[in-house]
Parts: sequence; structure tokens; C-alpha cells
Amino acid sequence: MALNRDFIGRSRTADEIYEVTREKIREFALAIGDPNPVCLDADAAKAHGHSDVVAPPTFVTMVPFRLGAWPLTDADFGKRREPFIVHREQSAIHHRSVQAGDRLLLTSTVTEIREIGQHERFTVEHDISTEAGEPVCTLVDVAISRGTAGTGDAR
Amino acid sequence: MSARYIDTEVGTRLPDHAFRLLRVSGIRYCGAATDFTAIHWNERVAKSVGLPGVIAHGALTLANSLRMVTDWAGDPTAVVEYRTLFTRPVVVPDDDDGVLVEVTGVVTEKLDANRVVVALTVQVADKTVLTGTRALVQLS
Repeated sequence: MALNRDFIGRSRTADEIYEVTREKIREFALAIGDPNPVCLDADAAKAHGHSDVVAPPTFVTMVPFRLGAWPLTDADFGKRREPFIVHREQSAIHHRSVQAGDRLLLTSTVTEIREIGQHERFTVEHDISTEAGEPVCTLVDVAISRGTAGTGDAR
Repeated sequence: MSARYIDTEVGTRLPDHAFRLLRVSGIRYCGAATDFTAIHWNERVAKSVGLPGVIAHGALTLANSLRMVTDWAGDPTAVVEYRTLFTRPVVVPDDDDGVLVEVTGVVTEKLDANRVVVALTVQVADKTVLTGTRALVQLS
């Protein structure tokens, strides 16, 4: 089945807040092999001018997965296990750093679904902000749904 | 020692960077990123969808590559923007050595407000795996 074109322009705000903790930043930094003390140790971060440990630049890529991985997990979107989805592009604009103690709100929007040959390409923009609405990061993921073009409607 | 804007010019080359990804690297990243997509840890599933084997998360290769820039700048928050294309899957062998990823970086633009653009070349066995990788970096 092809991806559901009705999702183009559709947005979803996650119903949970993402609470950034020191331990999660530490776990993520070590998983990407980054021993920078400003990610691991609050005193080192403060000595560097931060108010608490700060996240590596790609930490935000985890937030949409933790908060439900919409639209991939929405049955109406039409993602199938086979053929599979591959990550094609990613960009991020950090409006400010992410640090322990932040409470983040995620709104994801499907901005594009189109065919490329036998595959389909789709783009999801994730707008991450504080609860008060201060922009934190704009993260854009482009993925390829392999072999699903022209295979009928997902609905 | 952090890079300084005043010492940086177009053409400044960052210290070369290389890292290895093993199967356990991907499993650890699955947990850290809460992304348990099976092609990143399960060889049976990876092969069933036509891949040569387990492949690294693109975001894991990217995260490790950007360390070149955050180490150079001295602070992970110095990377204020980044972008990349995941052009070639990084196959992670089931052995003790894993796959070696090699990264080079050069300053391509010097902007106002102490900002520079760094272009990264990310390769496995001399083949580019991430294309068009750029970081906008805030230096001191």
C-alpha cells in the first residue's frame, strides 16, 4: 500500500512532555562515544557557562521516537514492515541549547509525501519548544518508503 | 583547546577523526535513542529486507561524525545547525573490530557573529556514506 496522502499537512502534538534529565544526556552522550565533560558532569558544564549538563547536537533526534514516533506508528499512515523505511536526510536548527531540566513539547508535521520511481519519499518537521512556547529546535527528517509507490491507497 | 573564530579561515582543516561502530554500538544507541528498528540489531530481519546485514542508524554515524566539530569547538552547543544526507548504508559486521568510519572536515564559510560553516566528508573504505554534511558552528 502507498502512504496515505491525507497526511500531508497533518500535525500532531505529543500528549506527553519530554523531561530532559542529566542521566539521559549522559546515557546518550556515552552511546555516541562523546565523553565531553559538559555532557556528563554538572560542575564541568557550569564552569563552561551552562546552567546544567548540555545535550550533544543530535540528542533531539531521540525525542520524536520517545514520544510515539508519529506518523510511523499511526496505522492510517500506511507504513509497512516490508518494504521498509530508510532514513534519507536530516537537518536541525537549534534555536537554543538543550540542557538537563528542560521540559520539551513536540509538534510533528508531515510536510511532503511524493513518489520517486518505485519508492515514496516523505518529510516530517518536528518543532520542539518549551512548555511556554520558546522555540528550542526545528528538526527535519526525510525518509524513503521502499517499493510502495503506485501500490494503491493505504486507507 | 577550543578553536577560536579569530584563528579560523576558509580552508582551515579540522583535526581528522575516526571511530569504529560495533554491533554493541548499535544496540547501545537503540536504547539511548529509543529507536529499536530491527535492521539496526537483527541480522535476520536486515537480510529479509534485502540488506547485506545489520546497518548502523544513520543518526548514530552522524552523531559520531559531528564529534569532530564539537571537539574542535570545545562545546557541543557550538553546533547550532547541521544537515546531512544518508547516502550509503554502513554495514556493521558481526566481529570484534566493527566498521571503521573516517571523517575529515574543513571550514567552507566564515560568517558574521563568530559563526563558521564546516563541511564534513564521512567515509567507510574510501566510499562516502554521508553526503552534504554541513555544520553551522558558533565559535568564541
